Amino acid sequence: MTAHVTAEEHAHPTPGTYAKIGLILFVLTALEVGLYEITYGESAGSFGHSIQPFFIPLLLFLSAIKFALVAMYYMHLKTDSKLFSGVFVFPLIIASVVILALVALQAYHWAFARSGG
Amino acid sequence: MATTALDQPHAHAAHAEKTGLWSWITTVDHKRIGILYGATAFFFFLLGGLEALIIRIQLARPDNNFISPETYNQLFTMHGTTMIFLAIMPLSSMLFNYLIPLQIGARDVAFPRLNAFSYWVFLLGGLFLNAGFLFGAAPDTGWYGYANLTSRQFSPGHNVDFWNMGLQVLGVASLAAAVNFFVTIVNMRAPGMTMMRMPMFVWMSFITQVLLLLAFPVIAVALILLMFDRFFGTHYFIPAGGGDPLLWQHFFWVFGHPEVYILILPAFGVVSEVLPAFSRKPLFGYAAMVFSGVFIAFLGFGVWSHHMFTTGMGPIADTFFSLSTMLIAIPTGVKIFNWLGTMWFGSLQFRTPMYFAVGFIAMFIIGGLSGVMHSSPPADLQQNDTYFIVAHFHYVLFGGSIFALTAGAYYWWPKMFGRMLDEGLGKVHFWLMLLGFNLTFFPMHFVGLNGMPRRTYTYPAELGFTLLNQIETVGSLLLGLSFLVFLINIFRTSRKPRNAPADPWNGATLEWAIPSPPPEWNFDRLPVVDGRDPLWEEKRKNGGRLPEPVAGTGAGIHLPNPSYWPAVTAVGVAALFVGIMMSPKWGPWGIVVSVALLFFGLYSWLFEKGYSEFRTPSHGGH
Amino acid sequence: MTDHAHALETSTGLDSRKLAIWTFIGSECMFFATLISNYLVHKGKSLVGPFAHEAWTDPATGQVMEPIIEIPLVTVGTALLLFSSLFIVLALYGAQKGNRKMLLGWLAATLFCGMFFVGMQVYEFTHFVHKGLTLSRNMFGASFFILTGFHGTHVTIGVIWLLTMFVLALKGKLTPNRSLNLEMAALYWHFVDVVWVVIFPVVYLIR
Repeated sequence: MTAHVTAEEHAHPTPGTYAKIGLILFVLTALEVGLYEITYGESAGSFGHSIQPFFIPLLLFLSAIKFALVAMYYMHLKTDSKLFSGVFVFPLIIASVVILALVALQAYHWAFARSGG
Repeated sequence: MATTALDQPHAHAAHAEKTGLWSWITTVDHKRIGILYGATAFFFFLLGGLEALIIRIQLARPDNNFISPETYNQLFTMHGTTMIFLAIMPLSSMLFNYLIPLQIGARDVAFPRLNAFSYWVFLLGGLFLNAGFLFGAAPDTGWYGYANLTSRQFSPGHNVDFWNMGLQVLGVASLAAAVNFFVTIVNMRAPGMTMMRMPMFVWMSFITQVLLLLAFPVIAVALILLMFDRFFGTHYFIPAGGGDPLLWQHFFWVFGHPEVYILILPAFGVVSEVLPAFSRKPLFGYAAMVFSGVFIAFLGFGVWSHHMFTTGMGPIADTFFSLSTMLIAIPTGVKIFNWLGTMWFGSLQFRTPMYFAVGFIAMFIIGGLSGVMHSSPPADLQQNDTYFIVAHFHYVLFGGSIFALTAGAYYWWPKMFGRMLDEGLGKVHFWLMLLGFNLTFFPMHFVGLNGMPRRTYTYPAELGFTLLNQIETVGSLLLGLSFLVFLINIFRTSRKPRNAPADPWNGATLEWAIPSPPPEWNFDRLPVVDGRDPLWEEKRKNGGRLPEPVAGTGAGIHLPNPSYWPAVTAVGVAALFVGIMMSPKWGPWGIVVSVALLFFGLYSWLFEKGYSEFRTPSHGGH
Repeated sequence: MTDHAHALETSTGLDSRKLAIWTFIGSECMFFATLISNYLVHKGKSLVGPFAHEAWTDPATGQVMEPIIEIPLVTVGTALLLFSSLFIVLALYGAQKGNRKMLLGWLAATLFCGMFFVGMQVYEFTHFVHKGLTLSRNMFGASFFILTGFHGTHVTIGVIWLLTMFVLALKGKLTPNRSLNLEMAALYWHFVDVVWVVIFPVVYLIR
């Protein structure tokens, strides 16, 4: 067991990798806020207005990358046992589907209620 | 045979069985905790049954005023809540606790003290839930607690708070136990016991833990939101403030439907153990049984809105949830055919557990069929809120879960207590229960389809429901009587000397290889498994029944020390919710004191002297 | 606090406690999913201001008020929480390599970030209450405070947990063969961070 653990830890990234990931995370966060600024900020122009429909998907995409980076590198899912990934990702899938379903069901419900039906 | 480490410096010389109240409060032995769960849950089961009998007496005559409408509301609410959270779930927990370590060949669960913590939190939660009776404010809004019945405006008393806080406490217990059993099953299996060699009861329990882990957080949040609505002025479920009562239903059933499978899957597991033992055949279609269980659980998260067809979700949602619900009939059908296949051409031995297991199949099929009926929205619109629904879920929960759990009780009683329950009384119990059960619940299909509404304290004579209701009441009294016979059986058996052999039923699983009742350390030597029915394998190699195992001394086997800190921490958890409930009166002090107690208990637990330093390769000492 | 060198021979070869914390984290996914659903379905259902992103008219004074959310402060908190994830992974690296200086230094940095984040949230909540946003004011207040509040509670518990680890490290009890104790705390901490990675855009950026 001890030997097993050491072998596992050797596979873990080094501080240099951790720092690089940290930098990427920081840049992505800056991108998120920057995207908000050019879309809705005080200086947002016609370009900002034109990308409004893409704002939410882009933002969710950026935050999904951040999420995955932290989970894979900082939480070591990339190098650790696949069992840990399963125990985390399976609930994550159910959780995402439940969120989407509830939002859709409630959106329909409100639209229906407002139409006076 | 693998051996345990015998060179433990702190190993006990031998283990004397400890007795007395303190030994039960501090126990971390999974078998004792299992018995505690069983005793507590059986008490609550009788309490819930008594509530049901009062309901039936009230309904024995039209326009009856045996009890008031308010009392009636409290009784049907507490009956449902008690049977689900305080009877069936913890009766399953009793079997998880007692059997999972034995069946996978482990000395204990992964975290024995966490296990004790779960029990104490469960006990306190159950008492909390029932404490409403003492203040004349028992919960009265149904086990589903639909908004906005539960809002301050319509429920100004503490009734809903007892329900809400009690369930939150119970949720803590369930989640802690689920983490524990999940890890136990994944990590504590005996050498050679791969996942696909696990007994079916362990498999179904494993799936149940996954459901618990994913469903309980949802109800926890819903209950917290309700708590904020009632105490801190939010309007999540109150339309006047912009909220939406329908959201409660969604949250409740996102939890509530997996909860249904949490109630029935352990029962599936029990029956899958009992049937092969008394058919003298291995379980038919093992892999199909496993995957149909997984499929049922997975679909369980995609059908919740079939409880809400009458809210008008629109054609797309109705169609989706209707289809996904009908789909569940497939894996369930697979299971039923496999049980029948197990019995087919078996040399059937009709001992008491087998009676209940066969009764389970028949009753569960009826309940399953009526379930498929209301998966169709138009049919559901007719059946919703009538006694037809009451008939359906009693056929799956009583005819399903309780029949199976009773089979399990008769089957494992000798293992747990070293005494054989009386066969004659057992069969009387079965026939009375079968008759009483069907007399009680079968007529409900008819009165339901004729339009008798649920949750209504009486009915007028002109509607013509009287005769069938009287039959139902007679049936329920017979049901009560059948459990009286069970109690007499238990009492008489307890006065007899210990007479059970290690393997009274010629079983296939590991628990039958060790003495009845098992020693504190379970296995003198940890078993090595090389097949699905390890004990049958061994008997085949041996050329017949194995000799009665000789009780060892347990010398050299280290067991986790008893500890009272889990109980202290559990008191902290329960006190926290009392504190929140009383915060309008006491201010924040109840909360502050109980959080302090909680942390004190937790840190004393984590840093308990002489505890975690010693771990042996057979059980975790965390 | 178990000696990691004594780790069990488990069926999977994985430590039971690490599996337990992952299982708990999986369960927590559903907890936050429900809270996030609660936020999303109540979005735009406020009957009165303050609103998150739109100007609103105070019914009492008739004054037009600014939208309530202020992104710069939260961005700083968000960045620090992200960096704390980097810091704790470095602290864990130190613990596993027996580098006491690295362990204590990065753990202290993590704790600083965590405490700053909690402080930021306390400031933000007080500020919002001053501007008239309370739990009972409108649906935004209710669903905002409960979502970010429960996240903040998780951060606070994480800070307490990491403080405990810090004390253990000071006492020299967080040796490489016991680094799993810190690893469990770190996993929890990363999870709390990752939840914020979702909450930050959902609550603060999406209109």
